[in-house]
Amino acid sequence: MSEMIMREAIKKALEESLENDPNVLIMGEDIGEYGGAYAVTDGLLKKFGSNRIKDTPISEATFIGAGIGAAAAGLRPVVELMSISFSLVGFDQIVNMAGNLRYMSGGQISVPMVIRAPTGAGVQLGATHSQSFETWLAEVPGIYCVCPSNPKDALGLLRTSIKNNNPVIFAEPALLYGSKGEVPEDYYEIPLGSANIVKEGNDITIMSYGAGMSIIEEVNQKLEESNISAEILDLRSLNPIDYKTIEESIKKTNKLVAIDTSRKNGGIMAELVSTIQEKFLDWLDGPIIRIGAEDVPWPYNKDLENAAYPSSNKVIEKIYKQLLN
Amino acid sequence: MATLKEEKNKKNIKNQKSSLEKTEMLDLYRQMFLIRQFELACAENYTKGNVRGFLHLYIGQEATAVGSISCLNNKDYIVTHYRDHGHALARGLDVNRTMAELFGKKTGLSKGKGGSMHLFDSARKFMGGHAIVGAQFPLAAGLALACQYKETGGIVVCFFGDGSTNQGTYHETLNLASIWKLPILFILENNKYGMGSSIDKVRAGGEDFYTGVSTYDIPASQVNGMDVLAVKEATKLAVDKIRKEGGPSYLECKTFRFVGHSLADGQKYRKSEEVKFWERQDPIEKFPKWLISAGIINQKELDEINQKVKEEIQNSVDFATSSENPEKSELNEDIYEMQD
Repeated sequence: MSEMIMREAIKKALEESLENDPNVLIMGEDIGEYGGAYAVTDGLLKKFGSNRIKDTPISEATFIGAGIGAAAAGLRPVVELMSISFSLVGFDQIVNMAGNLRYMSGGQISVPMVIRAPTGAGVQLGATHSQSFETWLAEVPGIYCVCPSNPKDALGLLRTSIKNNNPVIFAEPALLYGSKGEVPEDYYEIPLGSANIVKEGNDITIMSYGAGMSIIEEVNQKLEESNISAEILDLRSLNPIDYKTIEESIKKTNKLVAIDTSRKNGGIMAELVSTIQEKFLDWLDGPIIRIGAEDVPWPYNKDLENAAYPSSNKVIEKIYKQLLN
Repeated sequence: MATLKEEKNKKNIKNQKSSLEKTEMLDLYRQMFLIRQFELACAENYTKGNVRGFLHLYIGQEATAVGSISCLNNKDYIVTHYRDHGHALARGLDVNRTMAELFGKKTGLSKGKGGSMHLFDSARKFMGGHAIVGAQFPLAAGLALACQYKETGGIVVCFFGDGSTNQGTYHETLNLASIWKLPILFILENNKYGMGSSIDKVRAGGEDFYTGVSTYDIPASQVNGMDVLAVKEATKLAVDKIRKEGGPSYLECKTFRFVGHSLADGQKYRKSEEVKFWERQDPIEKFPKWLISAGIINQKELDEINQKVKEEIQNSVDFATSSENPEKSELNEDIYEMQD
């Protein structure tokens, strides 16, 4: 095991794939000479050259679409967006092109590409740069969608994503680029669609993904002080969703808390909670608690941003009021 | 008055006419007639309810697809817009499977999942009919990037209509193709109307598009899109240049659709005189007349071609009619490529 921060783990996966597969190339705004807005690709241009590390104009729709075309012709591009909010500019290409090409061609065309994008609030970037559109993109059939919460998962999931023959949205919580974690020395991959039981417990299941896992850590500490044993579940993948792991956990604890760091209205947990109550209602001892960010545009001011963000205190309060009373 | 350059072009085209083999010329005619007959059969089957959804016919524009695509080889990719039947047939996509796709049958190119606006044949590097206006530009850039990166020698031809030039992806892709020197031939089919909006209402800069392309440092020219030999010659010049020197080129074909935007179009936005003016330039009429007057073909040979094509189209309708619908299980197939 070695300790790594998130951006190093992501870079390691990129570097490996560039070394191992000549069809891999990276495209995006300021990923080359500048080194990437979050410094993930720093140094790659020097090592691999401008043929494979391609700085693009500020034309999200077109360089996302160019990635799709390159993938359809047999390359394996990794496209970086500076923010998942910028996916909106290229939404047609992601949804209509990457998502639909295979289906509407009757299976003739594959699009093996990854779209990496920083996601989420918490770093005071205001309304346009703090959103979490992986929750929208997870709805699109034909696209996979993953979001790691730690360096180990980031490395394992990105390895798998780049090798996958379908488009993958790889959402990277902006809050976590500098977060540390242990990463195994031996090569490993993490399959898409596999949730992770971070910690086993018996009394209550708490699930989230990405930056939401940090909130759960705080919640867990407080629950442990009261001798409540929480099972902690990291979704890791928003499409496909690992309902099997969720099911096993619910059958054990019979209580569920679902946390979104994106807006509660229409967040991925809305979908999950709905499906879970359809499938596993008999196994639940109480209402599913769902907590998300406030349904407002993200404010810039730190206090306001904190007020919009789902805090561990809010989660604890709800757990006691609705589940453990 | 014709400029010196235009005179020179005319001379080139004349030489071209005489340098083409008879079989090549007949094939150009046969393909145009095939597309026309295919479209007429589509219209008929639309009114019968066999073809549903939106149906955009290529009638009038045949010379553009046939003349240009005749210059390509099997390393080259094609992307196009939703008025895509003509390009598909000119590329040699199977007529039966193309018709079956419009009928929504399992024997269709996309097993009935694509429809008229989404024709694909990856084996022929025909990468779609694209129904979001202008969406095909970035795709063309990516396909061209792959050709360049893998050094395949292939190029990409990207067809688009005048309406799509007001999308951001048009300008973005011209820019990207230029700075990355991507091997793309942009072929504008300027039929003067984006659905019901004439270009003089929706475009700043006049009715010629090719003149504006110099902004992107891309060589551009214009050709009479109703003249199949002129289109072929102009395309060949552009394609040869791309293959030899790399980088994009741009060709504007002045053309016209004789029918509505789709079959749901009452054509209130244009006068019948204008349609009649363009119908007098119908390549399906003019080209065989010229072939006969130049002594390249006689009426009997022409009739034979026409007869064969009509049979081919009837066969395709029979094939589509008698084909099965896709199984219900197809609903969940072809969403993802499954891997071990």
